[in-house]
Amino acid sequence: MSRPRLFTTVLVYVLLFSLALMFIVPIVMMLAGSFKADARVLLEAGSWRGYLPADMGLQNYRDVFERVPFLRYLLNSVFISTTIVVAGLLVNSLAGYALARLRWPGRDSLLLGVIALMIIPLEAIAVPLFYEVTVLGWRDTYLVQIIPFIANAFSIYLFYAFFIDLPEALEEAARIDGAGPWRIFFSIVVPNARPVFATVAILTFLTQWGAFLWPLMVTHSEDVRPLPLGIAAFYTLPPLQWGDIFAFGVMMVIPVLFIFVFFQHWFVKGVATTGIKG
Amino acid sequence: MAWHQQPGRMEWLFVAPAVLGLLSFVLLPFVLAVVLSFTNLRLGSPLPTEFFGLTQYRRIFSDPAFVHALQNNVLFALIVVPLQTGLALILALLINQPLRGRVVFRTLFFMPVVFPLSLVAVVWVLLFAPGTNGTLNSVLDVLTLGHWQARDFLHDPHWALPAITLTSIWQGVGFQMVILLAALQAIPAQLYEAARVDGARHWQQLLYITLPQLRNALIFVVLVTTILAFRLFDQVQIMTQGGPQHATTTVMFEAVNTAFARQQVARGAAITVVFFIIVLLLTVLQRYVLRHEKVVE
Repeated sequence: MSRPRLFTTVLVYVLLFSLALMFIVPIVMMLAGSFKADARVLLEAGSWRGYLPADMGLQNYRDVFERVPFLRYLLNSVFISTTIVVAGLLVNSLAGYALARLRWPGRDSLLLGVIALMIIPLEAIAVPLFYEVTVLGWRDTYLVQIIPFIANAFSIYLFYAFFIDLPEALEEAARIDGAGPWRIFFSIVVPNARPVFATVAILTFLTQWGAFLWPLMVTHSEDVRPLPLGIAAFYTLPPLQWGDIFAFGVMMVIPVLFIFVFFQHWFVKGVATTGIKG
Repeated sequence: MAWHQQPGRMEWLFVAPAVLGLLSFVLLPFVLAVVLSFTNLRLGSPLPTEFFGLTQYRRIFSDPAFVHALQNNVLFALIVVPLQTGLALILALLINQPLRGRVVFRTLFFMPVVFPLSLVAVVWVLLFAPGTNGTLNSVLDVLTLGHWQARDFLHDPHWALPAITLTSIWQGVGFQMVILLAALQAIPAQLYEAARVDGARHWQQLLYITLPQLRNALIFVVLVTTILAFRLFDQVQIMTQGGPQHATTTVMFEAVNTAFARQQVARGAAITVVFFIIVLLLTVLQRYVLRHEKVVE
């Protein structure tokens, strides 16, 4: 290795490590703090001791369950997010497939409509949607957190783009054998479309797991509120106990981290896809 | 191919649930937003709802709180967009080097993206803790060799918005990094080989190959980040509640408070219509710039 080359490599590593430190510090602090007496968390936030776990054991974790209905928040989040993911995969993949493959009057205008709707973020319609669900009498339910988010223009578009590029030969063969569109879709197209299903599932889950604005607007009872509202409420619940809050945070993020570690490839691919679409 | 030729009900069944959902929960509310913004609707008001013309728009633009929130959003975008895009580009370039452990670094930089913003906001409140015990305060104390005066970032009108900016970048930069990384890896290797044959140095390759090739991805990242900057809400709600002295209010924060805390649905709707017009303009700008680029090529 030549001198300048070695120098560059060292420089790159130094840069990478110092940047990595910035990314890992808040995470390690949260993890260490979750095993520490509440007063010590704040006291040691500025010293190296802040990153060492202490002898508290799981006391903070026990406190979380005692002070707030953590399990309830967790179950709500899991139920809401997975229902939206599963129902969304079905509804949006069918629509994407129909737009890409089937021929029927109005298809092209529908495709244009879907593309146009993609640019409307939830925030732009949050207020009238709130009014709409109030009129429907859906406030403070699971329904109001699930139904509006099943059909999703961006998911439909991702499915559409994938199906357009999928070779048609297999479907053609099945069609000659007399299979109808439903059978072709479920027994041939779906098994060959795992990447797009994974991408859409992950993007949807990530968005829904972190959903904050909408649940804050339409729910008020703990029976239906998800984790993000739980941690916000916990954080404002006196006395402010950082150890407990961090224990809540660790438990809140473990499910996504777990999925992230196992499906990292798809996460990264999913995000990169959103960029390619632009 | 019988079913392929005759346009039947079958095909409509494929799209019916999606169409129903999009019509009821995206298009209808969108139309409703526009319609409501021309009325005086308030929840629980005894007054009958009537046509109000552009009054709501006139009101919000003459409301110093809204104008201030809009300014905060613009300021936030002006800080966050160059910083986040720049950092994402640096991270992507570093990780794109043939190094040991690049997957570990990529994982680490991307990890905060899967953290819910609400959690990130709460954790960063502690990092910004006031006094010499606070994490950021003590780091700055060490870096400035003891010249730093500890401050209460989130309760200081000058520091609250930058603090939220830092939090947002930490959580979101991995997202932009991954998009840029994908674009970097799509650059044909021959371009670099040709440049090397011609004796181009590293920085020349970066300047004359990498950056021009990344142009479209960079435009996309910049505009998406700008749109995200205008959607800013979660961090503000948790970390500062718009304070101190309205230093961190945002358009969405105003919309939510107007529509819910004050029950002024029509006025809240008008704010979201303004928000949508901003997003629309940014999207059109992106399409225009990208299309323009293709014509030039």
